[in-house]
Amino acid sequence: MSRIALVTGGTGGIGKAIVNTLVEDGMKVAFTYNSNTEESEEIEGRFGRDQTKAFKCDISNTDEIKKLVDDVSSAFGTVEVLVNNAGISKNRLVLRTSMEDWKRVMEVNLDGAFALTQAILPGMIKKRWGRIIFVSSVAGLMGNVGQASYASSKAALVGLAKTVAREVSSRSITCNVVAPGLINTTMTREIREEYMKRLMEIIPLKRLGTPEEVASLVSYLSGDTASYITGQVLVVDGGLSM
Amino acid sequence: MEEKVKEIIAEQLGLELEEIKLDSRFVEDLGADSLDLVDLVMKLEDEFEVSIDDEKASNLRTVKDALNFIEKLSRAV
Repeated sequence: MSRIALVTGGTGGIGKAIVNTLVEDGMKVAFTYNSNTEESEEIEGRFGRDQTKAFKCDISNTDEIKKLVDDVSSAFGTVEVLVNNAGISKNRLVLRTSMEDWKRVMEVNLDGAFALTQAILPGMIKKRWGRIIFVSSVAGLMGNVGQASYASSKAALVGLAKTVAREVSSRSITCNVVAPGLINTTMTREIREEYMKRLMEIIPLKRLGTPEEVASLVSYLSGDTASYITGQVLVVDGGLSM
Repeated sequence: MEEKVKEIIAEQLGLELEEIKLDSRFVEDLGADSLDLVDLVMKLEDEFEVSIDDEKASNLRTVKDALNFIEKLSRAV
């Protein structure tokens, strides 16, 4: 019987790779997107809608989250693997970060992940099996110039994940954090060239990571064999943060 | 209402209906842990369309406590 997964932000660079990998693992994968209808249809088309299904959802809106959980449940059944991947960044130095931008980043990256996890947990508790994975960032572990809001939201996910891991451990639900470093996506394409050059010098593997390199770890953590790993932060960053 | 409450408790805790007595204690007799209790309270809230605050919920030790509490809340509506 194939597992049922829900991936938020399924049309972004890393999200798309996670959806692909989990489908290849044999899961039925529901994913959310906010605006990229074209990409979401392309993904559905590739695997067929009985294997993967797109749901438009603003993850920062609790009403939409409630609807999402209901819709995914009627389409596929109880979610057994939740990948909280959706995230945005609004990059400014602390001195120039507006309260508005700060709050928006928190709403999507942290509040959204919290609300969805809360909504999905009862089903996993009932099943006595579950995998929850938060996609954080090395920015949340190291800090990063110009990313106060993003880094703070991603660091907060670590506390959330460890707490969830403790609260539901008795139901064989594991909860972990994957923290990617610099991955080749539209988000990192915004980084200025000169700064990127400096980054390449300090990354031991001397290159950007690929979304697939992040997805393969998510795939492992979401499987049966990762049953004794919980509350951990696993970094995929070419050695950047060591 | 007693029967319905017992049914929900049995289903939530994975027990037979006959095992649920009015004086059964959730933790000691029925083997519920804190997650079971939260889950059970949420289920009762949905079923009877009431809202049970966490502090009151933590005082519900027996099946009878839960039943009395829900009866009181339902009458108030």
